[in-house]
Amino acid sequence: MLMTPLQKLQEQFSSQITETHAFRGDETAVIRPEALKAVAQFLKETPELDFNFLMDLSAVDYLFFAGGRIQKPFRFEVVYHFYSLKHNYRIRIKVPVDEKQAEVDSLCDLWASANWYEREVWDMFGIKFKGHPNLKRILMYEEFQGHPLRKDYPYNKRQPLIGPTY
Amino acid sequence: MTQTREMMLNVGPSHPAMHGVIRMIMTLDGEKIKDVDIEIGYLHRCFEKMCETVMYAQCFPYTDRLNYVSPLINNVGFALAVEKLLGIDIPERAKYIRVIMSEISRVTDHLTCVGASAMELGAMSVFLYMIKAREFLWELVEEITGARLTISYVRVGGVKADLTEGFVDKAFKKIAEVRKVLIEADELLTRNRIFFDRLKDVGTISAKELISHGVTGPFLRASGVAYDVRKANPYLIYDKLDFEVPTGTQGDNLDRYFVRMAEMEQSLRIIEQCFQQMPDGPVTADLTGEIIPAAEMVDKAKMGKTEGLLGDEVNCDPTLQGSTRKYHEAVYANRKDVVLPAKEDTYGNIEGLMNHFKLVMYGHGIRPPVGEVYLPVEGANGELGFYIVSDGRDYPWRVRCHPPCFPIMAVLPKCLIGDMMADLVPTFGSVNMIAGELDR
Amino acid sequence: MSLSSPSGFFTSSLKHALGWARKFSIFQYPFVTACCGMEYMATNCAHYDQDRFGAGFPRFSPRQSDVLFVVGTISHKMAPVLKTVYDQMCEPKWVVAFGVCTCTGGFYDNYATVMGIDTIIPVDIYIPGCPPRPENVLDGLMKLQDKIQRGEQSRTLYDPHTKKGRPAELQGSYTIENHIKHIESH
Repeated sequence: MLMTPLQKLQEQFSSQITETHAFRGDETAVIRPEALKAVAQFLKETPELDFNFLMDLSAVDYLFFAGGRIQKPFRFEVVYHFYSLKHNYRIRIKVPVDEKQAEVDSLCDLWASANWYEREVWDMFGIKFKGHPNLKRILMYEEFQGHPLRKDYPYNKRQPLIGPTY
Repeated sequence: MTQTREMMLNVGPSHPAMHGVIRMIMTLDGEKIKDVDIEIGYLHRCFEKMCETVMYAQCFPYTDRLNYVSPLINNVGFALAVEKLLGIDIPERAKYIRVIMSEISRVTDHLTCVGASAMELGAMSVFLYMIKAREFLWELVEEITGARLTISYVRVGGVKADLTEGFVDKAFKKIAEVRKVLIEADELLTRNRIFFDRLKDVGTISAKELISHGVTGPFLRASGVAYDVRKANPYLIYDKLDFEVPTGTQGDNLDRYFVRMAEMEQSLRIIEQCFQQMPDGPVTADLTGEIIPAAEMVDKAKMGKTEGLLGDEVNCDPTLQGSTRKYHEAVYANRKDVVLPAKEDTYGNIEGLMNHFKLVMYGHGIRPPVGEVYLPVEGANGELGFYIVSDGRDYPWRVRCHPPCFPIMAVLPKCLIGDMMADLVPTFGSVNMIAGELDR
Repeated sequence: MSLSSPSGFFTSSLKHALGWARKFSIFQYPFVTACCGMEYMATNCAHYDQDRFGAGFPRFSPRQSDVLFVVGTISHKMAPVLKTVYDQMCEPKWVVAFGVCTCTGGFYDNYATVMGIDTIIPVDIYIPGCPPRPENVLDGLMKLQDKIQRGEQSRTLYDPHTKKGRPAELQGSYTIENHIKHIESH
């Protein structure tokens, strides 16, 4: 029987996967942060999977998710979308990140595309990436204080470089 | 004794050869580029944060301004993502209309890109011709959507309005005009020695490098990888259409130019096929009975003169052309919790009015279930993906746009290093960087 | 305009002649950042042909241009660049705010966007619209020509705290009046 990428992943890393779902057909696995490097390597280097694209990398802030009705164990989740050109597979990997120690492993050495995406996540959410060669702001300017896509950053709090503050 | 020193040169963020705002800090050895540092973010307008502060339907104007050269594709991508989240399907005719409009947008995008990069190499007349062709296509877009550029035409569960009468004939005429311009431009550029030599073997990059950087779209296809979301994960009705995915071999600027030119032709073919395959929409229904303007009807009802009102047809405002009841079913999904009612119902009866209000008022609106989806569509520059997280309320919890330009800009230094300083202009032109999408 | 004294007659007609010459030879600097750039292109090209108004020749150097077209959203990261470009332009200079983002910030009321470039540089003509249609742009251009003809320049910035204008601190003391005095003195 043909196994989906998610089933293959579950078989290999059953102890590291905390949660899976396939809402609307998007296969998703939530993994422990310490297993990220190994899972990524497995996804990239297994010939039956061959996830050669790191299509998207972003994060979600779950502070007061659904008005506080849904409690998440960790504040942030870093979300990876992988794509396999050869097999036309897609998979989503999520890594929960704690607010106090917001740090995950960098995937720069596996996919070059991770470099800029991780810089963007650092810029917008303040999540650090261990082993990133050049982790600095990418969209905002260096003088900017805080991380704008965090839910506790007011959307209209301005920090102008020149001109009046309002 | 001679001494060699490297020279730092800053290009941008406001520079004639930069169609968007981007800054490149180059290290030059003579005229050779040794290193490039790219600085982006000059047009960061917080698309993602703004979407979290508005309702789903209100996100569409923000998506227009992501890739502002082909706004309809962004609209379609966002609408499809929300529909996937809701788990709804839309009528066949609406799907065809979405495809037609996306492909028109793709042609306008490529026209702008090729025209502007030709202009930067001195071929001003090609730019004028191509903008002329774009103007023809915008007239089509304007006819249906009511706006030229930032259109917000697509709705969750359908499109704003059906095609207008006589649109198909007009479209065929304009497509013929656009084809003429393409042939003209091809004659002016392809065998043009100057243009050819400036592009050939410049900005070459291998497919392996591009895949590692996550680059998609014409840029990747020029390097010989036939990855197209329309073929790989067909959405809407792309699996029913016959079109080719043009690819290059070298991965240089010339290939990127050829791929874009070939894609425009394929897009025009898709539009023609859509018109042939499209299921018939409503024909001009003859309205029977007394017709009164909506406002007059409301006035009458306020005065208590309600007798016979139910049988009356409401004559809607001419600007609502194509969004009245006779068109409504063809282009909207049959879901009252998602889709605005037909205009006669909104103006003519209380159920329609309530339905309308329930969808546009704060605290009501479209409410997808708790969950997350990622949906890619083929944008003009590559895979345009929307990742939406819903918490069950009427505001998106998180909207992430995967911009096709972003990885391209990350890989651009690899194309530039080793080339001459003057090669920056054609290479950057072939990228078609759109700052609105890059910085969001 | 005074015709009674000989010197007065001379002054006003020189001013008039200068204004007339300037208004039909607008060298513009298109500071194109965003979506409005597409409509700017459309206005400049064959269909709408801005050249009919003597404004068909964009200069991409601030030192050679006399009208700054700020086309598209200005973010806080971009604002110092805009100010620098404005300061580099030679007098007399005019500024056109093209599109609603440059006029007021538009619907980008958020942490990254400047709410109207008139908080940073003085603006002469506002062309609202998101983006403005080419007809709208041409209308704005004609209004600018009238302003140039009258020899007027905006010298005020908008202060978001007081909701009023305040005088801009500009480099140099150039005004059109001073310029005419200078010509007269030779």
